[in-house]
Amino acid sequence: MEIPYAVHPRPDTGIYNAKVGIWLFLASEVMLFGALFSAYVLIRVGTPPGEWPHGWQNVTLGTLNTLVLAVSAITTLMAWVACKVRQFGKFKFFHACTLLLALAFLCIKGFEYYDHLTHYEIHLTAGSNAGGSIADGHFAGAIYVNPLTKEQVETKSFCGMSFATVAGGVTNNYELASVTIDGRYVNNEQQLIDLRSQKEVQETELKIPRSQIKDMQSYGPWHNDYLALYFTMTALHALHILGGSIVIGYLWGPGRKLWKVDPEHFTNRVEVSGLFWHFVDLVWIFLFPVLYLM
Amino acid sequence: MSELKTAEQHNAPFVGKSDLHEHTVDFNNYLRRCVFVLIAVLCAVSLMLVASYLPSERFDWPAKVAMILAIACTNAFVVAGFLMHLISEKKMIYTLLAFTAFFFVGLIGLTVWAMQDFPAGTVTH
Repeated sequence: MEIPYAVHPRPDTGIYNAKVGIWLFLASEVMLFGALFSAYVLIRVGTPPGEWPHGWQNVTLGTLNTLVLAVSAITTLMAWVACKVRQFGKFKFFHACTLLLALAFLCIKGFEYYDHLTHYEIHLTAGSNAGGSIADGHFAGAIYVNPLTKEQVETKSFCGMSFATVAGGVTNNYELASVTIDGRYVNNEQQLIDLRSQKEVQETELKIPRSQIKDMQSYGPWHNDYLALYFTMTALHALHILGGSIVIGYLWGPGRKLWKVDPEHFTNRVEVSGLFWHFVDLVWIFLFPVLYLM
Repeated sequence: MSELKTAEQHNAPFVGKSDLHEHTVDFNNYLRRCVFVLIAVLCAVSLMLVASYLPSERFDWPAKVAMILAIACTNAFVVAGFLMHLISEKKMIYTLLAFTAFFFVGLIGLTVWAMQDFPAGTVTH
């Protein structure tokens, strides 16, 4: 079976078939992300004034990720240029850089996710605490007690969703006795909405007994509309980064055999994967201001 | 199953310098272009950050959003134009992108249009 026009341009389109294919795919991707952006616009505009979160993201990390992706877009282009001028050593170097930068991006994104998932908003029972009705901060530890033996177990590890579930009941014969967070007390949720306007937030270690906890929830996608959009859009984008990395990793690794057989065909594959990578960078160019700055 | 091979078998194998394709790509020229793009992206990101931290007393929220989105669009144009070679692409790609833009604008336009279409008695903010 022959693949037509994999190297030379097709006479009627003027470009090789894979390039038409990737542009058609990118067109469908525009509509995919476009649907999410339109959902963002709809929810953002429909939110009453003063109720949309500000300053919930780490702008420094977001900026760093923007720069990481910008540099990776350049290394991807240079990898293609290296193929064009038949310098395979440079191609390997630039594509290795792209892979490392992609890994850095995912690590930073993973850290941001972890930060959100270990951040808790704890609603306290009425009048139980003079500091405020809500405790907000990052999980530091929890103490569980066995009601029969009175044995206490302290955990410093983050338990994700199960932790929030445990806060309301019993698991493995142990009951939650207290939760410790590094945070602060506030009187209402409004004080947690616009963090950017608050110059300095004093955080201390707060130990909250189980009896004072009405309910608690981490800052996951279930927390509110903003975080639902944030996690959906950035996770989909991160999946694209992962997918692109796999393709680039394949071209850098086992796929490089094609270079010895048909370098122009290989160069075209590098170009096509590069176009996808630049598109992923383009999406981030809009995700960053929309989710971190606005 | 038949063996997969490209239609342009005359192009293989590659040994040393290729004489089958003209290599008009200049490595150093591209490197300079990339430095230019990186500087442009750095400037755009800095401007976006500055715009987002402008005092709310002097710049209202819609103005800040417009500024940030305008800078993001410029940034995207630089990346798409120079890194994706959109400033010098074939007509076929432009046609394809024109269709994409049409449907994208339609998608966002319908969303904005739908926001004005409230059922009777809806409380709006």
